[in-house]
Amino acid sequence: MPPGLSTLDFYYIRPEIVLTAGSLVVLIADVLLLRRRSGNALAWVTLAAIGATLLSLVPLANTRVEVANGLIAVDQFALFFKVVFLIAAAITVLMSTKYLEVEGVPPGEYYFLVLCATLGMMIMAGGIDLVTILVGLETMAVSFYILAGFIKPNQRSNEAAVKYFLLGAFSLGILLYGMSLMYGLSGSTNLRVMAAAFVGQESDPRLVLAVILVAAGVGFKIAAVPFHMWAPDVYEGAPTPITAFLSVGSKAASFAMLLRIFLEGMPSMNADWRLLFEALAIVTMTLGNVAALTQSNLKRMLAYSSIAHAGYLLIGVVAGTERGVSAMLIYLFVYAFMQLGAFAVLVLLRRRDVIGDELKDLSGLYVRSPFAAFAMLLFMLSLGGIPPTAGFMGKFWLFSAAIDAQYYGLAVIGVLNSAVSLYYYIRVVVFMYLKKETMGSELVLGPSLAVALGVAVVVTIVLGVYPRLLFELAEASAATLGAVR
Amino acid sequence: MGQAIAFYTLSAFILGFAVLVVSTKDTVHSVLFLVLDFLFVAALYVLLGAPFLAAIQVLVYAGGIVVLYLFVVMLVNLKRSPEAHHDPHRRARLGFVLAALVLIEVGAIAAYSAGGPVRPAAPQAPPTAAATAVSAMRAVGNTEEVGWLLYTNYLIPFEVASMLLLVAMIGAIVLAKREL
Repeated sequence: MPPGLSTLDFYYIRPEIVLTAGSLVVLIADVLLLRRRSGNALAWVTLAAIGATLLSLVPLANTRVEVANGLIAVDQFALFFKVVFLIAAAITVLMSTKYLEVEGVPPGEYYFLVLCATLGMMIMAGGIDLVTILVGLETMAVSFYILAGFIKPNQRSNEAAVKYFLLGAFSLGILLYGMSLMYGLSGSTNLRVMAAAFVGQESDPRLVLAVILVAAGVGFKIAAVPFHMWAPDVYEGAPTPITAFLSVGSKAASFAMLLRIFLEGMPSMNADWRLLFEALAIVTMTLGNVAALTQSNLKRMLAYSSIAHAGYLLIGVVAGTERGVSAMLIYLFVYAFMQLGAFAVLVLLRRRDVIGDELKDLSGLYVRSPFAAFAMLLFMLSLGGIPPTAGFMGKFWLFSAAIDAQYYGLAVIGVLNSAVSLYYYIRVVVFMYLKKETMGSELVLGPSLAVALGVAVVVTIVLGVYPRLLFELAEASAATLGAVR
Repeated sequence: MGQAIAFYTLSAFILGFAVLVVSTKDTVHSVLFLVLDFLFVAALYVLLGAPFLAAIQVLVYAGGIVVLYLFVVMLVNLKRSPEAHHDPHRRARLGFVLAALVLIEVGAIAAYSAGGPVRPAAPQAPPTAAATAVSAMRAVGNTEEVGWLLYTNYLIPFEVASMLLLVAMIGAIVLAKREL
């Protein structure tokens, strides 16, 4: 008879339990506070839940165990991702308070779903069993399907939700097909058992098919070309804070899943998946950047830029070394802040009379809100990879990891693409600083949005100047993942 | 041998009905073929010695999900193509389906009598016999075993799945309710 769970298991999954409890508290608080219409109070409850979860992660800082009968790994790799998710969720909540008021969206369910999406991501990052990864993935994805369509009167939001749901369900089918092949060929759903079972079966065509199907399924989630079609429409239609959370949290969680499945579950197949991801990385970088050049809608532009960033991140997967993985972790961390920051500026532009997601809405921002303009300038430079911002450090580490693993071509293409991307990032700066005409009502930078922007600005600068601490953390985290050598 | 025959017969039907699901012009017919398809997949589970899964397959897919499909089909009210009732091959198709049913019956009987006397506990026996065989092998029944695993080894994914259901429920309320 298989043993059940021990008390120790519950000790190790305490962060997830705290977050689940927190999300339920938000739901109950919503009912209790309903008459007072106080979205801000709910935001505080949500932030408290996120804070408590972060605190409960602290005692697990140096553990490396498999818990719950080998379903979940509690290691630094998972911990790193969980911190990224929680920070992203917190910034998203800070961005949301004003936005929800303007859009007239019910806050209780919104915050609850944000927390549930975070819970799903945390389960994904820790999962070393296909069952765990899958339920985590679905919890995250279903939360996002609903959140994308949260502004019900808005047609674009409806379209985003339906598109995301249909393509998400379709990609899940492909992913599951691949996973079922993996299970059938190894007789286990545990990734580490699979890895041992797959050794010496490299030429099995069924296994190659599994690699392709799983890569395609994950490719949808990280919005890699050619599985990216949903991204621009969904990013444009979804509520702006959700777009930010989607492009950071969902992407990071999907990369965690990708690394777990391929580096832990199929290390012996690395010749196949390296080739596959190399091709995906090149196409994704190039197409994402070229398509972003012509966008006049900021959310669409950031969507294509986010696709391009998925391409850069795939370079780390192709390298597949410990250094490649640590470079990915660094990049995901800094990407989270610059991307969330850029979307926070878009939230600022959203007012009752202006949707504020067109490039021309930025004109004259320097005059109207110098701080927001400076912040946006910083995020654009960082996304483009200009020193001394954090984005430069992230890109530098990724490309040097590629060179280290002797993927010179990939590094060169990455650098060329960064140069192309500068065109559309700088264009944003031109609109903010050089165009004078202004439109719409006053810009009001509320306290919560100011905190969100401030944190993103500070982290982007500090990590650009002093990245060492992050590097050490990322290296230690990458070391706990079974990297291919 | 009998099991292999049964497997390939079932697989052929599953694939055949799947093709019919996407090729028929009438959406209601398409859904009905889907029901048949689900039922045959359930039979496949029985063949594998998983009667609990088969029951779930029938209840959830052939029952719940197809009802949902029918709802959607009725709600969107797709127009029937005019020639649907004047189909010259209608009888031939009906004959094909009936012949298929007879074939399944014959196949099942053949499988039963081929495996029956020689190996009484072999999985190609009909559902009840297969269930007894499996439970005899594992000391507890199939359903008990699934329940046991779900509430011990897979307790945490099970709990996460319950959160997933809560999310879906709340999402349905949020999206469907006119004013919150």
